[in-house]
Amino acid sequence: MMTTDTKGAGRAIPSAGPDFEHLLAQEVVIEASQGAASTGAQAIAPDHSPRAPVRSTDAPPLGLLSVAATGADLQREVEQFLYRQAELLDGKHWQAWIDLFDDAGVYWMPVTREQTDWEGSPSIFAEDKLMMEIRKGRVSHPNAWSQAPMWETNHLVSHVALESVDGSTVQVRSRFHMMELRRDHVRHFGGTYRHTLVRDAAGALRIRLQRVDLFNGQAPFDYVLQIWV
Amino acid sequence: MNIAALVEPDRVHKTVYTDQQIFDAEMQKIWERTWVYCGHVSQVPHAGDYHAVTIGRQPMIMVRQPDGGVQVLYNRCPHRGVQVVGNLKGNTGSSFVCSYHAWSFHLDGSVRAIPLAKGYEGTRMTRDNPDCGMKRAARVDSYRGFVFASLSDEGPSLPEFLGEARIGFDDMCDRSPVGEVEVVPICHRVIQHSNWKFFMENQLDALHPSVTHQSTGISAGRVEKRLKAQKSAVPLYYHYLSTFASSFEQWDAVQTINFPHGHGLLKAYMGLRPQDPDTLEYEALLKQAHGEQRAEEYLSRSIHHVLIYPYLSVQSPLQQLRCLRPIAPDKTLSEIWHFRLKGAPEAIYRRSLWYYNLVNSPATMINADDLENWTKGQWGLSSNGGDWVSFHRYFGDDREENGVTYSNHGTSEAVMRSQFRAWSQYMQAE
Repeated sequence: MMTTDTKGAGRAIPSAGPDFEHLLAQEVVIEASQGAASTGAQAIAPDHSPRAPVRSTDAPPLGLLSVAATGADLQREVEQFLYRQAELLDGKHWQAWIDLFDDAGVYWMPVTREQTDWEGSPSIFAEDKLMMEIRKGRVSHPNAWSQAPMWETNHLVSHVALESVDGSTVQVRSRFHMMELRRDHVRHFGGTYRHTLVRDAAGALRIRLQRVDLFNGQAPFDYVLQIWV
Repeated sequence: MNIAALVEPDRVHKTVYTDQQIFDAEMQKIWERTWVYCGHVSQVPHAGDYHAVTIGRQPMIMVRQPDGGVQVLYNRCPHRGVQVVGNLKGNTGSSFVCSYHAWSFHLDGSVRAIPLAKGYEGTRMTRDNPDCGMKRAARVDSYRGFVFASLSDEGPSLPEFLGEARIGFDDMCDRSPVGEVEVVPICHRVIQHSNWKFFMENQLDALHPSVTHQSTGISAGRVEKRLKAQKSAVPLYYHYLSTFASSFEQWDAVQTINFPHGHGLLKAYMGLRPQDPDTLEYEALLKQAHGEQRAEEYLSRSIHHVLIYPYLSVQSPLQQLRCLRPIAPDKTLSEIWHFRLKGAPEAIYRRSLWYYNLVNSPATMINADDLENWTKGQWGLSSNGGDWVSFHRYFGDDREENGVTYSNHGTSEAVMRSQFRAWSQYMQAE
């Protein structure tokens, strides 16, 4: 609803000239209508945008286990394990990094959060240990041309939350931020790790599945990724 | 701009890769005139489904109509010129509505409602004026479900434009028992910091794989060999990678076929017919559907991939497609799609998916080295270290019949010479 108010008629805007000042003196107030006839686009075409409303998606099950339930020792052990995973990547210790995986271990970076299986739909990375070995062999080769320019990565891992503990299997969620230097430019990648961890014969943690959801996985890639994130 | 002076039969001047004026002319004379790929019909299955697509410098929308057809519209409101859709894809319901002043349009672009229409009475912008609708692409056509648009009324029809290169789409669809493919609704987008021509030349360049992709080919070959020694059946996807390290002689034995309009084809048998139960089941299905003879013809086609010049690479035997959207002389976006063969066993899809993941994903161990070459190529051509790009390899050696050039050597630079013949024709047109 529009109303005019001439009470402010005396208010001057400096050096705007008398005619202009006169026009501005009429203050126009636009208020939302109070339950009266619909306004604007609604009045002209009530169904002008007959699309489904955008719903917020359901919150993921929190599922976080309290430290009291799991023990501070497990929380700390898992955190240290995830930090080591990131440090091995930043240090380019490829074999030591691959050794963190269980024999049936898989490294998977889906394109969308909705994907549930590492096989059967397009992925950015979908690698078992043999494919990891191929990637390691490739980036270590003197003629891996794309790796000739100076490059480094720096990972931060945080928000480590144990989702479930079932016998020797631990499901853990965390966040990461990776900066990558390539030639003279820095790129940023961030997102969520979901690790399924198991125990080897010696009782040490091993990765059965490292799922990496890049928050910008569907944006255009400026160049491509060459090393696990 | 003297195009004829820039393109010689055996070499081209570096500026065709680096010059902004030439790039602008390419957008105007090639992309905004010829047939450009928009997408596959299965990307927009329901009325109101749309995909935003760039043709040259023009923002367009491919949208499914209520009658089942597909239309391509300029993404521009006729009122004040604002883009009507602001995202890549979605469903717009029964109409488009501009977010600025609520002008609304039917799915074919015609105007549906103008807000407060009284305010336009007596002006030339009343709803009976066709300029009140969203402008349509001059021509829209499709071939086997692949939709193209041309922003010009003139020029060859889509079948004439595609010519023999339509085999790329035939080969992909014929491999389905029902003769159709459907898109996998994920698109990888990768930006290359180089001119679009690097990509098009590289696609049929059989001289580069064993050099550029040596590290990956050797590393994969080592694992493949070890597995073969351990067991009899080794998944095909190791071979996808190891084959890149094939010898110069092997690559040289592969033929290229270069069609009019710059299109081309690289032959090569992809080893897609192992005698495993999945392949046998699939081949039986195909024979049941198409008959023994035709199925055999489809399965034994020797195609590595097919180029639709100047922007599309169709890898039909593995159902993938890469489409270029040039942004600047030194910047190109590629859109990478994957398709399912309708009616084929899941295992056949998964086999091709490995190629999509290993070669075409944004973590590819193959294209990474191509991208690096093209970046360095762009820099090299921007320098004053030389003026010409050489395409002399096997110059004068190729066989020409009815406007089609067959290379006698896989490593012949006939591919680039053919592409530039088409390029200069486009660029010298009025």
